[in-house]
Amino acid sequence: MNGAQDLGGQMGFGPIEMEQDEPNFHAKWEERAFAITLAMGATGSWTLDASRYARETLPPADYLSSSYYEIWTKGLEKLLVTNGLATDEELTQARVLVPPKSVKRVLKAKEVESVLAKGAPVDRASQQPARFRVGDRVHTKRMHPVTHTRLPRYARDVAGRIEVIHGVHVFPDSNAHGKGEQPCWLYGVAFNGTDIWGPDSDPDLSLRLDLWEPYLDLA
Amino acid sequence: MSDHDHDHSDLSDTELRVRALETLLTEKGYIDPPALDVLIETYETKIGPKNGAMVVAKTWADADYRERLLADATAAIAEFGFTGRQGEHMVAVENTDETHNMVVCTLCSCYPWTVLGLPPVWYKSAPYRSRAVRDPRGVLEEFGVRLPRAKHIRVWDSTAEVRYLVIPQRPLGTDGWSEDDLAALVTRDSMIGTGLAIDPLVKEPAA
Repeated sequence: MNGAQDLGGQMGFGPIEMEQDEPNFHAKWEERAFAITLAMGATGSWTLDASRYARETLPPADYLSSSYYEIWTKGLEKLLVTNGLATDEELTQARVLVPPKSVKRVLKAKEVESVLAKGAPVDRASQQPARFRVGDRVHTKRMHPVTHTRLPRYARDVAGRIEVIHGVHVFPDSNAHGKGEQPCWLYGVAFNGTDIWGPDSDPDLSLRLDLWEPYLDLA
Repeated sequence: MSDHDHDHSDLSDTELRVRALETLLTEKGYIDPPALDVLIETYETKIGPKNGAMVVAKTWADADYRERLLADATAAIAEFGFTGRQGEHMVAVENTDETHNMVVCTLCSCYPWTVLGLPPVWYKSAPYRSRAVRDPRGVLEEFGVRLPRAKHIRVWDSTAEVRYLVIPQRPLGTDGWSEDDLAALVTRDSMIGTGLAIDPLVKEPAA
């Protein structure tokens, strides 16, 4: 969706604020928000793609004025409610009002190390041959889905070149919406900076994006 | 969104929300607080840019390792035991005399956790995410990095679950250095591409 999260190429946000010897967390609540989000992810109640969609559907003004762990927290609250794990009243009152829903797993302390080390690979077996080959000229689709997508606006309707074939990966556009993984071929696609930003932009810039087959047409 | 003043003004509200979440989700039996402590502890003490620095140092020092890393970074990085969450599909990209690489996630905050830990606030902020793809040279200047005008810049937007580790150029005058000594020259920013490795002759990022 064309939400506030799709920031590539936007202007006017001012200088980058760096911090010397920055800590991982700037407050105790950030530690907890981080860990709660990961622990809830481990319950298997939603996909990583669904959690990204929950964050990017925050109203733009809210998204842009929130720190990243605030965005995570607001996204998590939304996921809990939409998946029937908690109600708005429960979140407000911080107490159980309806019986808990059963979840696939509750992450225990002794499992954390192995769960993190295992991760969640998204490569899948191929069902059909790749449509494009390395070196193919492609054109990204002109599209504006109101649903989740990983083709940023700045890279839509642009000519590029297939540089690498990563394999078959879970398709976020379906997986974010409970429509299954629908794995498809994922390509590393190279773009000239000038094809994206225009002829007066930096001629010595190129960009590389990882894009799924449904985002691409043969040029 | 990276504005810390904003955090402070909203601190009590957000803090209350997060406390409420932890209380409710614990009472519902969805989360186990000791697991939260271990999650935080892990990223505070075990998983961070020191991991990536070891990988880079070995890449500089060991030609066979470099070959393995460029062929299959996930497997080569796993040789150190760095595997899993947000590092499931790794690719290493090498800076050269001709090309400088820089990594961003314009759509969220994708970052190679297994080798760099959790991203700094600026990496997740609107100023970086918006400009890195359009004006990387200007972004680099803000980081104090001036590249030769003709040096090509390649920006990697992490739009899928592939995570990128930049291998900075090895500083001159480090022939024969041990991997431990080399690793001390590798900064977090040099592995994102917003910085360079430390030049041991001047004790600051190499030009």
